[in-house]
Parts: sequence; C-alpha cells; structure tokens
Amino acid sequence: MLEIKNLHVKVAGKEILKGIDLSIGPGEVHAVMGPNGSGKTTLAQVLAGRLTYEVTGGTARFEGKDLLAMKPEDRAREGVFMAFQYPVEIPGVSNAYFLKAALNAIRKYRGLEEIDAMDFMSLVQDKAKLLGLDETFMKRGLNEGFSGGEKKKNEVFQMAVLEPKFCILDETDSGLDIDALRLVANGVNTMRSPKRSMLVVTHYQRLLDYVIPEFVHVLVDGRIVKSGDADLARNLEKHGYGWIVEEAPRPQPARA
Amino acid sequence: MAVALDAKQTYVAEFASAETDRSGPSWLRGIRRSAIERFDALGFPTQRHEEWKFTNLAPLLRVPFKPPILGGPDGVVAEKLEPFAFGILKTTRLVFVNGRYAPRLSYLRPLPEGVRIASLAEVLRQDPGSLEKDLTRFARFQEDSFVALNTAFFIDGAYVDVPKNAVVDEPIHLVFVSTSRDRPTVAYPRNLIRLGAGSQATVIETYAGWAPEVTFTNAVTEIVAGPACVLEHYKIQRESEAAFHVATMAVDQDRNSSVTCHSMSFGGALVRNYVHTIFRAEGGSVALNGLFMPSGAQQSDHYTRIDHAAPACTSLELYRGILGGKSRGVFNGNIYVRKDAQKTVARQVNKNLLLSKEAFVDSTPGLEILADDVKCSHASTIGQLDENAVFYLRSRGIDEENARHILTYAFASDVVNQVKVAPIRIKLDQLILSRLPKGAEVGETL
Repeated sequence: MLEIKNLHVKVAGKEILKGIDLSIGPGEVHAVMGPNGSGKTTLAQVLAGRLTYEVTGGTARFEGKDLLAMKPEDRAREGVFMAFQYPVEIPGVSNAYFLKAALNAIRKYRGLEEIDAMDFMSLVQDKAKLLGLDETFMKRGLNEGFSGGEKKKNEVFQMAVLEPKFCILDETDSGLDIDALRLVANGVNTMRSPKRSMLVVTHYQRLLDYVIPEFVHVLVDGRIVKSGDADLARNLEKHGYGWIVEEAPRPQPARA
Repeated sequence: MAVALDAKQTYVAEFASAETDRSGPSWLRGIRRSAIERFDALGFPTQRHEEWKFTNLAPLLRVPFKPPILGGPDGVVAEKLEPFAFGILKTTRLVFVNGRYAPRLSYLRPLPEGVRIASLAEVLRQDPGSLEKDLTRFARFQEDSFVALNTAFFIDGAYVDVPKNAVVDEPIHLVFVSTSRDRPTVAYPRNLIRLGAGSQATVIETYAGWAPEVTFTNAVTEIVAGPACVLEHYKIQRESEAAFHVATMAVDQDRNSSVTCHSMSFGGALVRNYVHTIFRAEGGSVALNGLFMPSGAQQSDHYTRIDHAAPACTSLELYRGILGGKSRGVFNGNIYVRKDAQKTVARQVNKNLLLSKEAFVDSTPGLEILADDVKCSHASTIGQLDENAVFYLRSRGIDEENARHILTYAFASDVVNQVKVAPIRIKLDQLILSRLPKGAEVGETL
C-alpha cells in the first residue's frame, strides 16, 4: 500500500530524514518509535504533505501513485489521513460544517454524490458515540477550547467518519489520561481492517499496549536503525533507547 | 493643497446660490449659516491632520459633485431594492433617493401607538418645534468639515421617534440610495432617531448604489437614547465601488440605556465612518460591533470615540477588518474615560486579516483614562491566515482556495455572531461569502 524508498527530507535547511525505507502492506499496523528529535513527526508530516518540508531525495508511492507529487488535499482524497499531534483550533467553523465539507470534498473526488444531511447526522452520531463525544461538540467551533484529550479524540473521530485507507497517528497518545487513551485506542482498533493500514508514530509504548502493531521500527537520527515485532516496543519501554542508539550503524554522509 | 481649496470654494459658493432650497425654521437657518462658515474656516482636512494621515481625499475632491437632478424618473424601482432586503424579515421601510424621501418605494408596517417614522423634511415643515431641542445638537460641526457640510446642506432624511415604553418589534429599515444621472451627485441624508425612556427599537440603515455611477454620500445620524431604552442599530454599507461615502453617527446615551451599533462595510471606493458615543448618565452600556471588508482599490476607514462622561457605564468594542487586493483600511478607536467616570468597564478589540501582500491596514487602538477605579483593556492585531490552519483543512481533503475562504469566513464570524436578528445574520453571511471568489461554493455547504 505504501512504499517509501530512501527518503531524505530537510526542514529549514537541516536534513532530518536521512534515507528512510519502509514498506507497509494492506491491513498492516506499523509503529515508528524513537527518541525526541529522531524525525518521527517529520516522517508523518511529510507523508501528509506539509509544505514547509523539503524532500531532497527518495520516493513514496501510495497504491502505486507518487504520493510526494500530490497536493495535501489530493492525498486526503486518495485515502491518506493524519491525526495531528497538535490539532489546530479554528473558532467560527463548526466541527459539523468542517467535517461535512471534508467528507463531501473527498466524495466528489471519488465521483460520489454529496452526502445527504440526514445520513451525515446519523453517521456522525454513531462515530461520536464510539469515542465518547457528546452531541453538543458538533456545534462547537473546530477544536475551539477543546482540552488536549478532546482534540485527540476529535482527530480519531474525524478518521472514523472519513474512513481513510491509510492512517497516520502522530503522537496521538500524548496528553491523554488513561480513560481517554482507552477510548482513542478502541476507536483506532475498531477501524483496523484487512484493507486499511496504519502508521503509528509514538515516543512511548503505552498506546501500543492497546493498538498492537505487527511491525515496530526504531528511528534514530533520521534513519530506521532497527525493526521488529511488538516485543521490540516492550523492550524499548523497559530499557530505553540508549542500547539501540549504541548498536546503530555509524551515520553515513547523506546522498543528495 | 490647491485641490482642497478649490473644492472648498465650490461648496461654499453652492451654499450661497441655493440657500432658498433649504428653507425651514429660522433656528435651523441660523445653524446652517454657522455650519457653512465653520466649514469655510476649517476647509477639507489634509493628510497633515493626524486623523487623516492614512486617507487621501484628493480623489473625492477632484470630482465636481452636483446636487441631484430632481423630477423625472431616477431609475430607482422596487425590484432594484430587492437585494437589500433581509429574506423573510418584515420591516417598515423608508427609502431615500439621493437624500430625499421616496414615498413610492416606502411602506409603514403597523406600529405601536405614538411611534413616528417619517421624512425629516416633512416634520420640518409640519412640526419644526418638535425637532429644535435635538436636531443638530449631537453631531458637532464645529470640529468636523463633513458634519458642517451636511448640516449646511441637508434637505431630508429619516425621523424615528419612539415614545416612552413603546416597543417596536419589527426592525425599521432605512434605505439610502445614491444614484447619479449623467453627472456625479452628492447627497446629504440627515437622520434623527429618538428613543424615549424604556422604549425598544431596531433600526437598520442600508446605503445602496450601483456602479458605475459616481456618487458622494455625506450622511449624519443623531441618536438620542433615553433612560433604560434598548436600541439595536445597524449600518450596512453596500454602495458601489465607484461611490464615496462619509458618515457620522453621534449617540447620546441617558441613564441605563443600552445601545448596540453594528457597522458592516462592504461597498464604496472611499468610505469613512465616524461613530461617537457619549454616556450622559450612569449605568449605560454600548457595544460597537464592526466589520469592514474592502478589496480591489477600496479604502475603508473607521474612527470611533466612546466618551465615558458618567460613572458605571460599560463599553464593548469589537471591530474586524478583512482586506484583500490593494485595499486600505483604518481602525482608530478612542475610549475616553473622564475623571468622574469611576467603575467604568471598557474593552476594545480590533483584529485585522490581510488577504494579500498589497493590502494595508492601520490600527490605532486608544484608551485615555482619567478615572482611577476602572477596568479597561484594548488589543489590536494584524495578520495573515494561519498556514497551519490552511494545512489542517487541506489535509482533510478541502482544496486550498476553499480552505482559505472557510478561514476568512470564520474570521468574520466573531462579529457576525453578535447580530441577534437571524435574517440579518444570514444576509451578512451571504454578503461576506459573496466577496470571496469561490464563496458561493463555501456557502452551499454551510
């Protein structure tokens, strides 16, 4: 589904990703872990299409298409979704309006008719229940005055409504208390399917206790230095990142 | 400033030549003469004046404006006014074409007993004594050239008088149409709105016009808000982008009165709005709620002054500017808290959104506080759309242009949401969206 080859990315002139290779098949859940500053969020953002990130080499193909050549909105319409680490607050745009606009933009791209208002409401109510969001929240401004936990729930809620093929979760567990974490993880797990893949970017193991990945990759200094299964994540939780950083191969000069 | 001097002399000469048109009670004739003398002394302001630093009047002064041609069809028919109505909202409507009452376009809905809504010229003819106490007493021409000109030249306008304890449920819609036949035309609408003790009313002033007619509207509205009255006032500027518009509103508030002045400015080549309010006695509250949205080469200026002359009054001012193209805008807010005005609460916020690199706005918030037991604050921002927010919307499948429209619309919503009358709010939403290239598309899904 997603094929990343030798991806190099610069942010503000500084090379952050130094050659990432990653292959994610349909239905697979991959976790990318790593210490602060290793490039995890950069990887998530560059896949979603953040424009301030400069791709200096390599490729990323999504279902055979050149993902990096697409505008962010086209990536979303093709089925890529990123749950933001820091969702933006937009007063004056209601959650309902925003989500309907997004859903219809995606449907239009796929040649589908706009969703009927009644169908939209029932869809939204079902998914909101899943995440323990109450009904008033749809009328509130987009993320306006939401707590950290509510914002993260809203991200997963949007994901549930938009039903992407490929989900990127960027530090979705940060700022969640244990109850919220369970709800969010449950929301994510409900969406797992043989046709939907996920990339879970996280610093800590705790989300992975609930959303158990098939593959775990450790990112250090812009490179994947170790890959394994869910046990690797547990090892990291126990022993920290130190042992991997020492084991990692010496950095090679990046190819331009 | 040769242009300013020539223009001044033209207006002064015009006053002398056509004075008989503006007959009326002797007290008013005396005031008119004082006003034109004052104008002659003041002249038109130049950019050397602090308050005119950002506004070049030369384009206005270069045009040889003439009084409207009277008689014969003026081309203003009811259908042309349709777009200026508010959907299902029922209103009494008074229409003025170039500052003169147009009975054929106007209608009165049933009104509570004692409420008088009429042409000011008519009242000046029939019952001038009832106006002497208030007319020209609040909008001071002594320091303001444009108020002086209006005072010298006005012929007609709206007179709204709501007696003690009367409640007018339906809004009163005053429509001021500016139109020119072959020659640039100047009009001086003059309005007097009086609310008696404990009364309530909603008054909407719409300024309308059509390109490419070159017009100059110099309007003055005086509002006398009696004790414990409640007034919602709207001023909606929708003249064409070939129109010049200077408007002054003077609000005089008595004890415990509550006044809201919404100013929504869309049209006009050069628009300048003054709002001056004064608290005459304690316990009053005022809300000034403004949105200006120039684009292209428009200029939209907003000067406000809130005079806390009495204790325990509250003022809340919220102005937002959205500027596109090469447009210019000014927000200049002055809150003046006098020495005895203890327990004053005053808050002023002006936020501006620049949609293009060539747009320019000057924001000057101001607080002058002479009392010591007050709660006052002001804030001002100028910025562009938040690129993080644009990316957030795009990452959900919304295309870039729509994302920018949605965020622009959202920026205005803070002001629009202050509007209590739903049909007016809906209309304003439409007007905002219609100013954005793909706004209709955004509106469909709202």
